[in-house]
Amino acid sequence: MTSSDAIVIGGGHNGLVAAAALARAGRKVLVLEAGSEVGGAARTEEFAPGFRVSSIAHLLNRLHPDVMKTLELDKHGLQFARANFMPSVALSRDGPPLVLHGAYGEVLTGASSSEQSAWKELRAQLLRYAGILKPFLSGRPPDLAGMSLLDTASLGQTALALKKLGKEDMRDFLRVLLMNVADLLDEQLADIRLKGLLAFDATLGSHLGPRSPTSLLGLYYRLAGETGGAAGAQILPQGGMGAVVAAIRASAEKAGVAIRISAPVAKIIVENGRAVGVALDNGKVLHARTIVSAINPATTFLDLVGPREINTGFVRKVKNIRMKGDAAKLNLALDRPPQFTDVDAAGHKGRLVIAPSPDHVERAFNPSKYGEFSPEPVMEVTLPSLADPSLAPSGACVLSAVVQYAPYALKEGWHAGKPKFLKAIMAQLEAYAPGIGKSIVHAELLTPTDIETRYRMPGGHWHHGELQADQMLISRPVSGWSGYDTPLEGLFLAGAGSHPGGGVSGAPGLNAARRIIAMKG
Amino acid sequence: MAQAIRKKPVSKSVNAAVSARIAAQDHFRTLRLGTPFQPRIDALAKTQDWYNWAGCRAPHSLWDEELEYFAIRSQAALFDISPMTKYRIEGPDAEAFLDRVTLRDVTKLKPGRVHYTAWCDDEGFVLDDGTLFRLSPKRFRLCSQERHLPWLLDSAIGFDVTVEEETEAVAGLALQGPTSFAVLRDAGFAGVEKLKIFDLADFPHDGGTVGISRTGFTGDLGYELFVPADKALSLWDRLMKAGVLRGIRAIGYTALNRARLEAGLIVANADFTTAEHAIRADRLRMPDEIGLGFMIDLEKGHFNGRRAILETRAKRKLRHMLVGLEIEGNIPAEHAIVYHKKSQEVGLVSAAMWSPMAKRNIAIASLARPYGDTMVEDLWVEIYAMRELQYQKLMKRAKVVARPFIKLDRRTANPPADF
Repeated sequence: MTSSDAIVIGGGHNGLVAAAALARAGRKVLVLEAGSEVGGAARTEEFAPGFRVSSIAHLLNRLHPDVMKTLELDKHGLQFARANFMPSVALSRDGPPLVLHGAYGEVLTGASSSEQSAWKELRAQLLRYAGILKPFLSGRPPDLAGMSLLDTASLGQTALALKKLGKEDMRDFLRVLLMNVADLLDEQLADIRLKGLLAFDATLGSHLGPRSPTSLLGLYYRLAGETGGAAGAQILPQGGMGAVVAAIRASAEKAGVAIRISAPVAKIIVENGRAVGVALDNGKVLHARTIVSAINPATTFLDLVGPREINTGFVRKVKNIRMKGDAAKLNLALDRPPQFTDVDAAGHKGRLVIAPSPDHVERAFNPSKYGEFSPEPVMEVTLPSLADPSLAPSGACVLSAVVQYAPYALKEGWHAGKPKFLKAIMAQLEAYAPGIGKSIVHAELLTPTDIETRYRMPGGHWHHGELQADQMLISRPVSGWSGYDTPLEGLFLAGAGSHPGGGVSGAPGLNAARRIIAMKG
Repeated sequence: MAQAIRKKPVSKSVNAAVSARIAAQDHFRTLRLGTPFQPRIDALAKTQDWYNWAGCRAPHSLWDEELEYFAIRSQAALFDISPMTKYRIEGPDAEAFLDRVTLRDVTKLKPGRVHYTAWCDDEGFVLDDGTLFRLSPKRFRLCSQERHLPWLLDSAIGFDVTVEEETEAVAGLALQGPTSFAVLRDAGFAGVEKLKIFDLADFPHDGGTVGISRTGFTGDLGYELFVPADKALSLWDRLMKAGVLRGIRAIGYTALNRARLEAGLIVANADFTTAEHAIRADRLRMPDEIGLGFMIDLEKGHFNGRRAILETRAKRKLRHMLVGLEIEGNIPAEHAIVYHKKSQEVGLVSAAMWSPMAKRNIAIASLARPYGDTMVEDLWVEIYAMRELQYQKLMKRAKVVARPFIKLDRRTANPPADF
């Protein structure tokens, strides 16, 4: 075995992006993946005979343009056409749905004309403000201790961008920054379907309700993402999320990255304060100058490095990272496509959101604070096989849904709670798509504990750490160590637990690789 | 809050419950707790000169601070160290745990031995110094000035070790001075003569045991005794009785503080500010900045603050220097400002006295590097001597000298001398 310059632990999409970027900069890179295939929670998997689905992440809305460019993913089969932008359909039980077309509602249908103009204004404002945060939500967080010229310059850019907003807009930006999304929506909109959809999007993937302080940040995080150059646009990748990972993998391998599957790392070897290699669970030891951990930060430090090699204060911070997932994934194999009431054919190919009002989302959130699942859960539903028949047998259909709220630490335990939660979800679906229950061939519900076990995500949290104000930017994964380097020389973090966070963006992986290259690691 | 002060009708049962709760919480009526030796100390406290030591009522002096000091140097002085924070650290990983927490190499500390050590936070700033007693291969006692339980418990994550505070459960006495060995021998602690400096052993006492170590804070021959709180008074009486003809005296902190200064020993939050107490960023101190650099062992494995300490050394970013000073004249330079060439302020004296033993005017001072390090010439201290409501400002020459200021052969002599 010839040695490598860098070993990347974890073949999730961020690990692969980091590996590819390092290899393109001339390093010999080895990726070690614990599972039997790469991709982490961004795979396409068969969950019933003939039925395939994106494992956890099922929509692409924030793959970073720098990742596209650096890895030349367009040459590896990843292309986004405007025609593929998915609409978002806000379902309602009291009437026809409301539909956001194009890139996050460039056109709104199903609403009154006054609501349409109110939305136009709010959408422009949200994108303007998200645009200010965008540089923060993509690059390396500013290093407050040792501010470099580049850091200062980029902070200056942000100040300039703020200034360009104009006095009124700048004040408003600062006023709303840490607001809860429900209050902001109430200021500007009237239609509860539209408000419900936005409240859902702002809180998706976090332990927050729309009325929790700072919940608006979640919406900014979403809108800071872009697809095909359009902010907020979302697509269902052909072939599922696994196809995106396949493109990243192809780019990595073309750059010379070696990938080893079924190779779980048991230990990061530390000598004299420096990470010098890894030991696999079969006892085999591999050495490298740089170790990149693209897995969970807590797993990295508490399990692989171990508390003995790091400082008490750092252990304390790592242990305090909140990462209890609150979302479940539902995969249904259906013998025929479901019919959502009042939704047209184009809408069925879109993102169908059951979040009929902000109150509904808030009520769904409430029980999760006390370790109970939502009796009337909110969810986003996609039917990927409608646009991509390869995912299901002919005539059949795949349903993929992210469902909230499903607290990781369910009081009654998920063994007892899971069948009950599935029943509650199915009751919701049945109300919006009558007859869907009878078409089920197979149902797979992944609770946060299932996600934790299957994808090695502690707490079953797809961000590897709550994405809230106190765990963002210079505090992600922990304060003092937000810049991808760690207290151990030669060890870097590159996963979603690092800034900017989760979702299929590749940004943590790319930022980490850039940092390593800058440090000549 | 508004609701709490609003008057509202309260039922009788609620009233009774509230009274019971108040009755059970009258700890605030005792402003300073007593130690297990308090009945004996109270009986001897002629000066009624108390201070607060970690929440306990501890004496500055009991009868005469000058004579109490000379009890340390000429007789045997008994000082209650029960308020000192004590942790029992036990388990298969106790050694590895302490090796990670503290600066010195704990694997070199043999059972039955004690060493002086310190510990740092992540940034390499000193949290405290203290003494570590190795009671058995898997059992230690850590004694310190400040409290550290949350830090120690968080440090225990990943180690098979238990950490328990035993400050109240264990009473402690320091018996210091030239006749201290003779007192112990006469009190019937057979075999105590075998203890060399920094040794410790258990001895039978009152149906239990007392741990005696040949340690202390005076630079003199002396011992420290640790005993379960319920055996404290019988231990006190046993020593006092045996020591009558050896001049045994109970003393307060002022006397001890003089002895420790002569011995060149530093006190946390007197000679340096501990990291968790410091509010101002420039008050934090690395071990190298308070004369504890000798403890840092880079040969052993990882310990808290290692990287920061190494980096600061490598980048030559150490900013302070703790030194011993000898000052001309005989006026104590307590809290005097230290000058270079009589004009540039370069530091502060944290403790000072005329030393009756060294016959020198001595002080411990913190200087801004390079002063005290490479620049040791032309240093001065400005002493404000209050003379009948008027300051006499004295500019006195100060010389950097080695600590300890006194070295007593009897401290380490084997066997210990009989007096």
